[in-house]
Amino acid sequence: MVNLSQMLLYSLKRFISLAISLIIASVIIFTVIEIAPGDPAQFMLGINAQPDTVAALQEELGLNVPKHIRYFNWISGMIVGDFGTSYTYRTPVAEMIVDRLWISLPLALYALTISTFVAFLVGIYAAARRGKLTDTAVMAATQLGVAIPNFWFAMMLVLVFAINFQIFSAGGFNGWNNGIGFGLQSLTLPAIALALPQAAILARVMRSSLIDILGEDYIRTARAKGLSKHQALWRHGVRNALIPVLTIIGLQFAFLIAGAIIIEQVFYLPGLGRLIFQSISSRDLIVVESIIMLLVFIVIIVNFLVDIAYAIVDPRLRLTS
Amino acid sequence: MTRNLICGTLLSSLFILMALTSFMWTPYDHTTLSIPEKMQPPNFKYWLGTDHFGRDILSMIMVGARTSIAVAIIAVGIGMILGVPLGLAAAAQIGSWLDELIMRGNDLVFAFPSLVIAILITAIFGPSATNAIIAIGIFNIPVFARITRGAALSIWKLDFILAAQVAGKSTFRISYEHIFPNVSNLLIVQGTIQFSLGILAESGLSYVGLGAQPPVPSWGRMLSDAQTMVSIAPHLALVPGITIILTVLGLNLMGDGLRDFLDPRLRIQRS
Amino acid sequence: MNILEIENLCLSIHQTSILDNISLSLEVGNIHAITGESGAGKSMVACSIMQLFPNGTHVSGQIKFNGENLLMQTERQMCAIRGNKIGMVFQEPMTALNPVKTIGAQVAETIRIHKAISREAANTSALNLLARVGLPQNRFPISLYPHQLSGGQRQRVVIAIAIALRPKLLIADEPTTALDVTTQAKILNLLKDLVTENQMAMLMISHDLTVVANLANHITVMKSGKIVESAKTHHLLSHMGHNYTKKLFFASRHIVQLPKYTSSDTLLRVQNVSKDYQLPRTRLFKAGTKFRALNDISFQLHKGERLGLVGESGCGKSTLVRAILGLNPVDNGNILLEDEPVFRANRPNFSIRHKMQVVFQDPFSSFNPRHRIDRLISEPFHLLPKSLSDRKRHDILSTALTAVGLRPEDAQKYIHEFSGGQRQRIAIARAIVMQPELILFDEAVSALDVSVKATILDLLADLCHQYNLTYLFISHDLSVVRSVTDRVLVMKDGKIVERGQTDRVLSKPTHPYTKELISAAPQLPNFDKF
Repeated sequence: MVNLSQMLLYSLKRFISLAISLIIASVIIFTVIEIAPGDPAQFMLGINAQPDTVAALQEELGLNVPKHIRYFNWISGMIVGDFGTSYTYRTPVAEMIVDRLWISLPLALYALTISTFVAFLVGIYAAARRGKLTDTAVMAATQLGVAIPNFWFAMMLVLVFAINFQIFSAGGFNGWNNGIGFGLQSLTLPAIALALPQAAILARVMRSSLIDILGEDYIRTARAKGLSKHQALWRHGVRNALIPVLTIIGLQFAFLIAGAIIIEQVFYLPGLGRLIFQSISSRDLIVVESIIMLLVFIVIIVNFLVDIAYAIVDPRLRLTS
Repeated sequence: MTRNLICGTLLSSLFILMALTSFMWTPYDHTTLSIPEKMQPPNFKYWLGTDHFGRDILSMIMVGARTSIAVAIIAVGIGMILGVPLGLAAAAQIGSWLDELIMRGNDLVFAFPSLVIAILITAIFGPSATNAIIAIGIFNIPVFARITRGAALSIWKLDFILAAQVAGKSTFRISYEHIFPNVSNLLIVQGTIQFSLGILAESGLSYVGLGAQPPVPSWGRMLSDAQTMVSIAPHLALVPGITIILTVLGLNLMGDGLRDFLDPRLRIQRS
Repeated sequence: MNILEIENLCLSIHQTSILDNISLSLEVGNIHAITGESGAGKSMVACSIMQLFPNGTHVSGQIKFNGENLLMQTERQMCAIRGNKIGMVFQEPMTALNPVKTIGAQVAETIRIHKAISREAANTSALNLLARVGLPQNRFPISLYPHQLSGGQRQRVVIAIAIALRPKLLIADEPTTALDVTTQAKILNLLKDLVTENQMAMLMISHDLTVVANLANHITVMKSGKIVESAKTHHLLSHMGHNYTKKLFFASRHIVQLPKYTSSDTLLRVQNVSKDYQLPRTRLFKAGTKFRALNDISFQLHKGERLGLVGESGCGKSTLVRAILGLNPVDNGNILLEDEPVFRANRPNFSIRHKMQVVFQDPFSSFNPRHRIDRLISEPFHLLPKSLSDRKRHDILSTALTAVGLRPEDAQKYIHEFSGGQRQRIAIARAIVMQPELILFDEAVSALDVSVKATILDLLADLCHQYNLTYLFISHDLSVVRSVTDRVLVMKDGKIVERGQTDRVLSKPTHPYTKELISAAPQLPNFDKF
């Protein structure tokens, strides 16, 4: 029953704000990297390089044009998938990133799936049994979950499941070529480590949101119709409780992407995280710049999708916002 | 529940006390190496054991608490000092270009997780504890701006604000005289939560080497040092890990307890 | 035959007694009303019948419905009764419907819970039900969401849900309290018709005596969890066996003594005022439309006069209040207080603001909970060019508090220590500290219980005697306007449709809308006739 025209207007508004965010984010990233000290060409060739060799390399890397033109070259390049050439490896940045992205993005999405799934189960269960012993126990567990640093949790998982029981490999990546299951297996422990602390937060939000909703008048109306407590919760509570939960899911994705970068260090996964730390130490700034832009791009897109999801869940938004 | 408040306050003050004590006294000097006594599990001489250089872990934890707490407090301070006025201003001018600008700016900052900001700063200035402060602080600004704006908006709708307007009070004056006092409880509670998140974030940044640099001890770096040795000396990872968990847990419990104590109707955003 | 018999019902929540020994019975086809002021426990009687309690509730006694004791039913059995044998309508239509489901789905749900029929068949029934309660398909398709309907329309949906399965008993808990008076009349008629049509019995709960007096066969008056009096309507009205009942009835037709005003000086002059609001765009390629909140409003208010402004929600009353106070500019026209504009050169004119004050409707949101009373009521002193000496300030505050019936010592307390009626007195104290010429009352007594309302109206009359005050009294309640105003304006859709002496307008209205308002307003039957 979604009114298409209203939905379109809403999406368009969100899309414009998305485009503006992207442009501003790119300007910020470009400017910050620009003021970073040191000339990449000089850095690559060493201190003793001849000025004309440096100039030649600058020309090759496209560093000798005015800044605003470099910015537009960078942006227009990225739009067509050309992220420039790595200063250290002399290979296209796009290729390097795509290889690594195939680990980091699945890891973040895998973790998001686990976290959302666990949080929904736990949150709804606790809300339905509010005030009972099981609710208190589950909430105490989430309180603990919120406090656990994900990378430490990852180390403990390695210690228990990879070193003591040897169920999972302690690190490294099997690759996707030998089958999806094989690849997922090496991402499972990292995804769990990443997901559970976030799931604890989300479950708490889900629970308190549902408990708020259960106090609403329309739940009373639903009960007066003859629905049992549980039916009223599922049919009328859950969808309304999703509205604040969606906000948190959107925010969490940024954390999951950032968390993935850290977790990759624990499991020696060759993802974006490894690449970005290598690039920082070798001052391969064009790679740093591109990866950050990509991360920010993904987060902004996800938040756009969350905004659209809002309008699907909540018909009021389609009209007023 | 006041139980939360009591447990939380006790736990948190334990760690703050530990940090303060470390200025005057630690069991051993946290920089003294003692290779013969390396990687000892907890014992009567070294209560929490020693690390791979034979340094006393308890002393390192105590001094590390200073780093964590300082980074987190300053970061929350930055977030509050900049975020709260922005949120109040946005709420006072709801729907105006200023509100729009502040809120869009907020959305934008939310797209830069503190890790990404830390990476950017490190790319320019190199790694340091200041990085962590700035990165976490910047990320706290929109958190406080958003929560202040949300809470302030619901107060702007109340009749007593209209009464103040009838009395000829300016928007600015109403903001600090009527709005701010009525959102301050919420800010205290959110501040506690952000404080705990700051400690978590600082440990993460130090773990990947973007935070405090040696010889300044930090919990996150103790964990990254422990990583390769976790199978032979688990206490190297367990001690700092549990310390972080207990600190964060204490602060969160205190936040929840404060919320119930100050105003049961307060809503908290965890982000 | 009695469909419902309540015997010795006692109810407590966390050891606090809410209902004390309630017994009442209801015959098939009858309407039984429970009335009383807030805190009487009326709504808890309804909750007890539905067995929908807050946590920590303890009940004893018997509630026999159709011969079966509801208190002995299991939760599963109750689910089969709720919505099927007993329907319920609630007070707040704005929040009683699930915002994310269509109205059709919400009505059809009741049917599908209790009957094994197809989705299509349930939808068809829903469609017929909505048409029956006054929401025909051609104007209100079942695919609408609650937020697309007005309060009255939403209440019709709630009624459709409640009567979907033709229950034997319909419980209506303050069903029209949140609605405008003309809407209220329509909803009450609808309920009455449905009761006759479906051979139902209705238990009606309302704080409003005038509403129940015209609707119910039998009235029960409650106070603090106890039944004060219970009798057939005409018997109750003609005998008034109990003092509390008497007090309630007299309070609701309370008339105050106003001093005559003689001055012909004009205090407030509103000249051809118009104001538009831009509505948000609802379609992609269509510019947003404008909404005319005030349309060419003109009137004058003389010194010492009490002018009423009557209208239903959305008629532009609040916009006009803000404009007169000089809080918002208007698009056209002038508002002059003693020949000075209230708003000029893009900013409020503070030089004359001290001559007017305002009292708002909601006694609970009118005060900053963090300030003490003295600070709260001295807020208007901000308008003074220089601050008062402490002594002078203290004297003024003490006088004002005494004038509104409070004690000077109350200045040191916080607002949560006062009841709703006392808070409204404090609001009035805040309005008079500056010794203003004009006080605006924006629905100032609408949220109060009837006996408290009467005392506040008396206070307003007293203040007229003591000070030389001019009132602009905004209200939707005709009985209040009748008792405290000399002259009245009737407003609809941003326009003044009728004006004149209060007695004349209320007894011989000329405009159709005024006539509708007056006939819709429930009035106490004259009990001499019984």
